[in-house]
Amino acid sequence: MHAKGGVADGGHHPEHGPRFAERAPDALNNPQLRRNFRRAMDGLMAKRAAQFPDPAYWAELRERGAAVKARALSKLPELLERLESNLTANGVQVHWAETTDEANAIVLDILQRAGARTVIKGKSMVSEEMHLNAHLERHGIEAVESDLGEYIIQLAGETPSHIVMPCIHKNKDEISDLFAEKIPGLGRTGDVDELTAAARRVLRDRFASADAGISGVNFAVAETGTLVLIENEGNGRLSTTLPPLHIAVTGIEKVVETLDDVVPLLALLPRSATGQPITTYVNMISGPRKPGEKDGPTAVHLVLLDAGRSRVYQDVELADTLRCIRCAACMNHCPVYTRVGGHTYNAIYPGPIGKILTPQLQGLDAAGDQPHASTLCNACAEVCPVKIPIPDLLVRLRREAVRPTEETATHLPVVKDGGAERSRMESLVWAGWRLVYTRPLLYRMVTRALAWGGNWVPASAPLMRDWTRARAKPRFKPRTLHDLARERGYLNEVPK
Amino acid sequence: MSAREAILGRLKAAPARPGPPLPSWTPPTYPDKTARFRQMAEASHAEIHDVTAADWPARLATILGNRGVRSLMVAPGTARGDALMRAAADGVPLPPLVAYDRAVEELKDALVHQVDAGLTGTLGGIAETGTLILWPTAQEPRLLSLLPPLHIAVLEEDTLHDTLAAAVRDGGWAAGMPTNALLISGPSKTSDIEQTLAYGVHGPKELIILLVKKEGE
Repeated sequence: MHAKGGVADGGHHPEHGPRFAERAPDALNNPQLRRNFRRAMDGLMAKRAAQFPDPAYWAELRERGAAVKARALSKLPELLERLESNLTANGVQVHWAETTDEANAIVLDILQRAGARTVIKGKSMVSEEMHLNAHLERHGIEAVESDLGEYIIQLAGETPSHIVMPCIHKNKDEISDLFAEKIPGLGRTGDVDELTAAARRVLRDRFASADAGISGVNFAVAETGTLVLIENEGNGRLSTTLPPLHIAVTGIEKVVETLDDVVPLLALLPRSATGQPITTYVNMISGPRKPGEKDGPTAVHLVLLDAGRSRVYQDVELADTLRCIRCAACMNHCPVYTRVGGHTYNAIYPGPIGKILTPQLQGLDAAGDQPHASTLCNACAEVCPVKIPIPDLLVRLRREAVRPTEETATHLPVVKDGGAERSRMESLVWAGWRLVYTRPLLYRMVTRALAWGGNWVPASAPLMRDWTRARAKPRFKPRTLHDLARERGYLNEVPK
Repeated sequence: MSAREAILGRLKAAPARPGPPLPSWTPPTYPDKTARFRQMAEASHAEIHDVTAADWPARLATILGNRGVRSLMVAPGTARGDALMRAAADGVPLPPLVAYDRAVEELKDALVHQVDAGLTGTLGGIAETGTLILWPTAQEPRLLSLLPPLHIAVLEEDTLHDTLAAAVRDGGWAAGMPTNALLISGPSKTSDIEQTLAYGVHGPKELIILLVKKEGE
C-alpha cells in the first residue's frame, strides 16, 4: 500500500538520493554482504544474550536505565544549564550549536584559533552527523580517524554501516586488499593481528603529531561536569589526552543528572552493544590539565549540538527517541537491517533507531520512507536497554507522514514535512476499503466477486504489479472465509 | 538570539512531562570479591600475580626479566614508583627505570616509541567486572597506563569493591572528580575486523596486575 516508497510511483527523490526500497535490491542480491552481516549479527546477538542470563535482573536494570534517561529528559533544560555551569567551573569551554553547520563552524574556529593543522579523531556518530571531516578538509585541516573500524572506512572512502562497528560490512579479505593498497610497505596479509599492528604503527605517529583531538561523549554528567567516554581500543583516551587541545562534540540529549545515574547505563550499554560486561576503558574527563599535571590537553571544549533534537522534544511521545544510548542492539536484532546492511538506509543512523530518528531530525520529505522499512516484529523494543517503544514510534511516524498532527493550542505539528508521503492513489484505495468494510452486503458482494473472478486479474494490472514485481501473485480460493465460517456454524460469534 | 538561548528557549517552552520515579535496583554483591575479580580480569585477558607488600619489586623483576622488558617507566613521588626506585638502588635486577618526571611534551618520543612498560598504582578494583580504578595525579600522569605496550598495575586486595556503584558511593566520587578518572578492564583490544579479537591496537597489548594480598595471608 505504500506506493510512494516503491519504484512504481517514482519514489526517487533526487535531492536526497535513492530511497530505501530502491537501494535494498542491490544489498539483497549481494551474497558476500549478506554473509558478512549475518555472521556479525548472529555473533553479537549470542554475546548479548550471554550477558543477561537472569531475566529478572535484566528487567530491574533496564527499568532503572530507562527511568534515569526519562528523568533526565524531564528536566533537560535545567540539566543542560547545570552541566554548562559545572563544566565551566572545571575549566571546560562550552559551546551551543543549533545546526550541524553551526557546530562545524564552532569546531573550525577553535582549531583555527589554535593554529591546528592536523586532528586525530576518536569515534563519534555526532561528528558523522556533522560531516565534520569533510568540512575540516575544505578548510585545509586534516582529520584522521583512529578507531580501527573508522580508520578502515576512511581509507576506503565510505561511511559507517553500523553505529558501533562501522566497518562490519567488510570482511578480512577486503580489508587486507585495502591496507595493501593504502599503507606503504604493507603486503597482503590475512592475519588480523598483522592488520591491527599495521594500523597501530601508522596511527601512533598521527597521535604524536596531531594538533588536536576530537571525540564524542557517551554520558555528560550535570552534577560533576564530567564527560564519560567508553571504548576498547585506547584511541579515545589517546585522542583526549595526548594532543594539546581536545574538542568533544555531543547531542544535547546525552546529559544525565548524577554520577550515580551513569552506573546502570554503564552496566547496560556495553552488554547490549557488544556483549561485554564493561568496555576496556571508561574515560571520565572533568577538565583540562591542571597546573603541575604532566599530561592531558591544556584546553577542553564541549560543543552541544541540537540539530533537530529540541524539535523532537516538543512531542512527549516522540521524545522517547531521545533516551537512546546508541548501543545498536536494535539493529543487531533487526531482521531487516541484518538482510540489507547499514548503507541501504542512506542515513547516518541506520536500523530501527535510525528509522525513527532520521525522519524526525531531517523531516519526512527526506526520510518519510524509512518508517516503512520494518516488519514491526518488536525485536528492537525487546532488546532496547532504555525501553524505547520503537515499533509504536514507527507507526506514529507512518501516520504523521500521511496525516500530520494538527496544530492545537497545546500541540504543535512537530514532525517536519508531515504529510510528505501522502499519495492520491493510496488515499483512494483506503477510501474504497472503508466503503466496503463498513457495509456488510457490499463486503459480501466484493469478496464473492473476487473469489469468482480474482484469479483472472493479470499480475501486470495496475496496483497488482507493485506487489507482483517481487512476489508471486496470490491465488483466490473459490469460497470466501466468511462463507466457510458460516458453513461451520461460526455465525456472528463474538470473541470473548 | 544566541544558539544557547534558542535551544534552551525551545526546551523550556515544550510541554512539561513528569519524570518517572527511580525504581530500585540492587547491584550484585560477591561473597569472595577476590575470586570474582580474578575470574573477570583474566577473562578480559589481564594477567594476575599474587604478591606481598614486601616482595612485589623482586617478583616484578622476575616477571619483566622473563619477558625481556628493556625499560620500565615509573612515576617518582608515588608510593609505588619510589618503592621501585629504592629496590633498583638496592640491587633488585629491574630493567632500566625511566622517570615520568616532566611534562609529556618533553618526553613524547620516549613515551610514544621507546619505553617497553609503564607501572602505576590503582585506587581500587571492581569485582563484578574485573576492573581497575585509576585516578591519575600530578605525580602519576594519565599516559603512563596507556602508551607503553605493557601496563603493570599494583592493586591492593583490600581496595576491591563489589561493583562500580559501591566504588562511586563509598569513595564519595560525586563530591570531587579528578581531571581524569579511569576504569581499565584488560589490555587495549578491538574486534573491528570480522569480530576477531586483537590486542594492543592503540593502548597496551598486555596488562599485568600485581595483586597485593592482605596482611597475614
